[in-house]
Amino acid sequence: MASLLSVRNLSTYFYLEEGVLKAVNDVSFELSENEVLGIVGETGSGKSITVRSIMRLIHYPGKIVSGQIIYRGRGKEEDILKLDEEEMTRIRGKEISMIFQDPLTSLNPLYTIGDQLMETIMQHQDVDRATAWKLAVEMLKKVQIPEPEKRMNSYPFEFSGGMKQRVVIAIALSCNPKVLIADEPTTALDVTIQAQVLELMKELQRELKTGTIFITHDLGVISAMADRVMVMYGGRQMELAPAEDVFHKPMHPYTHMLLKSIPRVDIKQEKLESIPGQPPRMIDVPEVCPFAPRCPRRLDKCSKELPPLEELEPGHYVRCFNPVLGGDKK
Amino acid sequence: MLKYIARRLVILIPELWIITVIVFTLLQLSPGDFLDQYRLDPSVSKETLKAMEREYGLDKPAVVQYFYWLGKVVRFDFGQSFYYRRPVASLIYERLLGTLVLSLYSFVLSWIIGVVLGVVSALKKYTLTDKILTVVAFSGLAVPGFFLALLLLYMAAKTGWFPIGGMYSPENTKMDVWNAFKDIFLRLQLPAFTLTFGGFAGLMRYMRGSLLDVLNEDYVEFARAKGMPERVVIYKHALRNAINPLVTMFGYSLAGLLSGAVITETIFSWPGLGRLTYQALLQKDYYVVMASTVIGTILLVLGNLVGDILLAAVDPRIRYE
Repeated sequence: MASLLSVRNLSTYFYLEEGVLKAVNDVSFELSENEVLGIVGETGSGKSITVRSIMRLIHYPGKIVSGQIIYRGRGKEEDILKLDEEEMTRIRGKEISMIFQDPLTSLNPLYTIGDQLMETIMQHQDVDRATAWKLAVEMLKKVQIPEPEKRMNSYPFEFSGGMKQRVVIAIALSCNPKVLIADEPTTALDVTIQAQVLELMKELQRELKTGTIFITHDLGVISAMADRVMVMYGGRQMELAPAEDVFHKPMHPYTHMLLKSIPRVDIKQEKLESIPGQPPRMIDVPEVCPFAPRCPRRLDKCSKELPPLEELEPGHYVRCFNPVLGGDKK
Repeated sequence: MLKYIARRLVILIPELWIITVIVFTLLQLSPGDFLDQYRLDPSVSKETLKAMEREYGLDKPAVVQYFYWLGKVVRFDFGQSFYYRRPVASLIYERLLGTLVLSLYSFVLSWIIGVVLGVVSALKKYTLTDKILTVVAFSGLAVPGFFLALLLLYMAAKTGWFPIGGMYSPENTKMDVWNAFKDIFLRLQLPAFTLTFGGFAGLMRYMRGSLLDVLNEDYVEFARAKGMPERVVIYKHALRNAINPLVTMFGYSLAGLLSGAVITETIFSWPGLGRLTYQALLQKDYYVVMASTVIGTILLVLGNLVGDILLAAVDPRIRYE
């Protein structure tokens, strides 16, 4: 069976005065129904721009320069990048939904929760206000908001951060989208609330079988959520593999070092491992491996040409000339 | 809410009192009084001067004069103008119409033009339209009112397109309604343009900046991600948030409605309160100055109150506090 969403050779550039910033550079991946794909990478690695490109929410001076985003959720193959703006409003929120990082600012402060929920429902489903109200209350119940009827008339400022993120999730899922994109949905929350929200998202994902793209820079979160993981660095995908493989036999040196830099509870460490060097410059980069300057396994050709993304094991793609092969990470 | 409004209105009383004391003191501190021009005139006898001093109450100490005035004001008697020898109330009432016509007209124009162009300029950020509007706005901010007024006066004199000087032509009373209206309307244009050109520019820049800020907010992008059409995103989600800071300004600027525009009124000889107050100030015509101070203060407080009420109406966060 073909996947639900295929991203092929997506490139999104920002045309700045200083030069061209290649935020997303030739990224390809598939997302199936009921699958959770995690995207990890440091700040500025192109995770958010990748998913915003899928929503076509890239604004000047950014531009999606090439690639295809094939969506198969409506019974046919459609290239999202070729749809007109009006058709896009039918995709956004209905077929593909998105949750933003900061729940505190995702809701409009001047409208009630109910209004913002019903607005979405009435935009995409052919229902009257009374039905929309019922559906909205239903959604609030689903995300475990206490006294949902009463809460419909509350304003966002009367909610706590965790409650707001629940509302945002309710809005995003209100029209049963087939794809949900969550862009660091718990980064702005404190740890206990984070766990609750993650638990809720996992439950809803299983129940609704939504294909989910989950962005985070928290590797702990990704290990709990994702079926497959894509590691991004400098606008490129470095590794794409089932979650198990990424955590237990990472092949890309970057992933390898990233995992080593997580502090562990079971071993007392004198010093935290870190990756030496700075995150890459993103403007006017040559076609070479972006990680090469910081890589301990660098070969001569790493800074001369770009390694291809190769399938080294079934389902395990790596972009490296000198991958870490064999043996567990320990 | 009613309690809040009542409280604000009660605060108005001590505020007014303090401001009148300050203004009266300042007037007394500056050297000379209304009668100085008569004292310099050798044809006015000492006896006449004494009689005038007594008539105007200028022979008494300043404190007595103040309370004498205050006692009358609480009975809504604003006293007599020394210069016009008429009750201040009727004098101001007469000028009120002129001021209101001019200031309301340019106020409404400034706000409509300012807000609309601000929105256009923000939505078309960095395009040619935006750049042209920006140049226009900065010229509005940069060109001093008196200079623009003089330019317009010169243009009117050269072309003869607009009648100038005053609010009515001498024949106004003889004209039929339509022509009388047309006369006033044409005479209104140049002073109104002067005031509007200076006024809309600031509002437009303010609106533009505010809307641009809001357009960068997450909830605007989230509204797009929900699949709202761009029309709804901008007019429902962005604009209502962007208008908030302007609502407060709206309240403040209401206060300026009756204070008049001295320079513009003077250059176009428009019969407004600004010119009246200014002349009274020069002639030490105390009670006229005091009356327009009181009006200005009341309007400032009311304007702020209206601004706050409007803000509470548009922003639920204010309402609950």
